[in-house]
Amino acid sequence: MIDVNAFKPAFVYTIYIASTPEKVWQALTSAEFSRQYFSGFAIELEQKTGGAFRVLAPDGSLHISGEVIEHDPPRKLTITWDVNWPGLVEALGSTLVTYDLAASGETVKLTMTQAHDRALSDDILSGGRAGWPAILSSLKSLLETGKVPTIQMEPPLKLLAALKEMGIKVPGM
Amino acid sequence: MSKPEFVYTTFIRTTPEKLWHALTDKEFTESYWYGCSLTSDWKVGSRMHMDRGGKVMNECVVLEADPPRRLAYSWLSVFDDKMKTERPSRVTYVLEPRGDIVKLIVTHEGFAGDSTTLPSISEGWPMVLSSLKSILETGKPLILDDTSSAKA
Repeated sequence: MIDVNAFKPAFVYTIYIASTPEKVWQALTSAEFSRQYFSGFAIELEQKTGGAFRVLAPDGSLHISGEVIEHDPPRKLTITWDVNWPGLVEALGSTLVTYDLAASGETVKLTMTQAHDRALSDDILSGGRAGWPAILSSLKSLLETGKVPTIQMEPPLKLLAALKEMGIKVPGM
Repeated sequence: MSKPEFVYTTFIRTTPEKLWHALTDKEFTESYWYGCSLTSDWKVGSRMHMDRGGKVMNECVVLEADPPRRLAYSWLSVFDDKMKTERPSRVTYVLEPRGDIVKLIVTHEGFAGDSTTLPSISEGWPMVLSSLKSILETGKPLILDDTSSAKA
């Protein structure tokens, strides 16, 4: 298992959702929900510490893989979040993602922390900074309204250029 | 952990015009901003004040107003003895339409390194902007147990 103490937060995003911690937990960990708010991507998570975490692209290919590092439903989930592009993890190290959930009145405070074990450039981090607000805004809309807005996203050009410079081949690009 | 600033992006199913109204209308702001109302004529150079319970919380001056695209004002928190001695910070809203969605980017910057306003607004903005998204998408603001820390 990785040494979580070596990881430092690089991006933190907090969002409040009119829901329960149990429902937010379910939305964060199940394909049924994630396909709706995460651009058709299917999240698969073994509900135990040491369990497997995977995200499948809409065509069924493996996009992200990882391991459940901390599993305390419905309060805290820590996973490694490694994008399955050849050479990416070797170059950037693992990404550690933590969700903290806390109930407040009729609302859940959800805090996502993306952490790394090394310093990464703003260009590399621009991918997460652009992506997380879109994903978590969609998750909030889904839980509050039952509907998901279609968010048109530009490709993360700075991230892709930075990866190319590091010799990482992005599939399909 | 670079510049002393707070940046927050959210995506709201609404129109830029409705979002502009939600950011600048006294009664509307009070309905989702945990009892805080914003009052101004929104002309560049005009005073804007944020009141809660009849008390001025933040003193502001409108710096940019380009409806429904871009809004900026200075910000001085006067409810706290330490914060009111700090130099005024700056809030900028950028509204970008994307189909039936508006991407809203809020940047709050211009803080000194030892600012106590920055940690306060960093807690407050996610609450306020989450409640703003909720009221525009569902008609209802968010209800929190403890809104006393929602100073933003």
